[in-house]
Amino acid sequence: MITILETAPLNTVQDLGRPGYRNLGVGSSGVMDPLALEIGNILLDNEPGAACIELQTYPFVIRFETPTSFAVTGIDAPLTLDGKPVLAWSVETAASGQVLQVGIPKTGARGYVCVSGGIDVPVVLASRSTQLRGSFGGVEGRFLEAGDELVTQPATEHLSGYGAVPPVRILDTGPCEEKTVFLRAVPGTDYTRFTEDSRERFWGHPWRITPQSNRVGYRLSGAPLTLLEKVELRSYGIIPGIVQVPPAGEPIVQLADANTAGGYPRIATVIEADLWRLAQARIGTAIRFVECSHKAGIEADQPINRYLEDLRLMVAHYRASSQSRNGAKPGGKA
Amino acid sequence: MTADTLLTPDRRHAASAPVISMMGTRAMLFEAPGEFTMRQQQRIWALIAHTENRPNIQELVPGVTNLLLIFTHAPEHPEQTADWLRNAWEMLPPRQIEGRLFEVGVQYGGALGDDLAAVSAHTGLPPEEVIRLHHEGEYTVCAVGSAPGFGYLHGLDPRIATPRKSVPSLNMPAGTVTIGGMQAGISALTGPNGWNSIGYTEICLFDPYRASPSLFAIGDRIRFYPESIEL
Repeated sequence: MITILETAPLNTVQDLGRPGYRNLGVGSSGVMDPLALEIGNILLDNEPGAACIELQTYPFVIRFETPTSFAVTGIDAPLTLDGKPVLAWSVETAASGQVLQVGIPKTGARGYVCVSGGIDVPVVLASRSTQLRGSFGGVEGRFLEAGDELVTQPATEHLSGYGAVPPVRILDTGPCEEKTVFLRAVPGTDYTRFTEDSRERFWGHPWRITPQSNRVGYRLSGAPLTLLEKVELRSYGIIPGIVQVPPAGEPIVQLADANTAGGYPRIATVIEADLWRLAQARIGTAIRFVECSHKAGIEADQPINRYLEDLRLMVAHYRASSQSRNGAKPGGKA
Repeated sequence: MTADTLLTPDRRHAASAPVISMMGTRAMLFEAPGEFTMRQQQRIWALIAHTENRPNIQELVPGVTNLLLIFTHAPEHPEQTADWLRNAWEMLPPRQIEGRLFEVGVQYGGALGDDLAAVSAHTGLPPEEVIRLHHEGEYTVCAVGSAPGFGYLHGLDPRIATPRKSVPSLNMPAGTVTIGGMQAGISALTGPNGWNSIGYTEICLFDPYRASPSLFAIGDRIRFYPESIEL
């Protein structure tokens, strides 16, 4: 079990989301950075869908009430276990009573506290993710609060000393420009309804992430985009990553907690393989959209899958050798 | 450049042919041509029933005269699925659904229906007439979506159709009775909302712990009656 000692609002329990209920108006929710959760779950040998704590505000302090293996992924932040530094993206095992403190990230925005076996909150509509608007899932459908107790599996072996190379160091092979996040996007349904100038600016100019950005969506600022003529669209289903342009002309990227339907003109959709980059981009960051074909969008999954597969092999190898070490007779030449 | 995304060759034919487009790599939107009529919506319902058992479908999300297909894996050749959908659309008869009838009491106007004046101004009808036209209609749930349990309703009298607001209300209560363009609704959750509020009702549209979490299902019918009117 874990007790939350200190937390600001906006931190929630999330898993990979709740697909399958959009036809009831229930959006997917789930972690904003699915890659970081997948990495945490691979490191801890969890099911891919095991739930974690998603952090958006810091500091965050918890006490492990039982021995627990954990990994904090998604961010590079000062982490301490009973005051001693531990590494992000790495596995540690806390003893009963030890306190983990997560400080303000040096890079990244959303941290993921993953534990072996996952955070065990009740499954509602096939997921443990917090559905804030619907007030269900996670812990009573709300943000975590100090004093909350979360059920976890006690650690069965003492794991530590191995971790993952943060994906940003492996996967950043595209266009590069300091402090600008590049997002590949497929042109959307209404792309050709925008003026030529607007289409060029959409790709060609940077957009800034405004403070009105959260798990629901990111509002971007920049010179407004204009339609050739005004349209009133009928409500249609949406998915995270869709870029809509409200009448004022500044785009919104809808994300994990978005409504399941929308009515604004659609200029593009950010490919799923790049959503984690947006999840880790802070308010004020410049982003650039890079036009992407359907084929290139599909191929973009390959480096991520390779990265995860390499990590799985590394973890399996490490755990096997660690188990045989622990199984061997202690002693020998010291 | 966009041939890849817009699977329909030319938008100018959109008046008579469906528009099919990709939403990212793993979702495809089918939009029916023509007006928002029950017949077009019933053809969308037919398309749902026909598409449900296709392989590689993770979710089918009906909208207002449109259908979003979310695939389990991004299809390599989406144009094949698009052709299949176009054929199915032409071939299938409209699907009638004999839904349940809900009678919903509304407190019209007042603080919880304070866009009534704007609807009245836009339509050029006195508020009493807006209310009468609203509760004399019978509405059909075309689709459930946007927020948990929210039903998109067909049956609004075109005389009281009013565009969505350019500045949404930040905190519209659940149960607000609304008009958004040619669509009518009851807000399912408290939160930001761009539709025009004309009244309020106390029914609970969604409970995740019920066997059927959403009160409304596609095909259900709704009649509003005035519980009170405050102008």
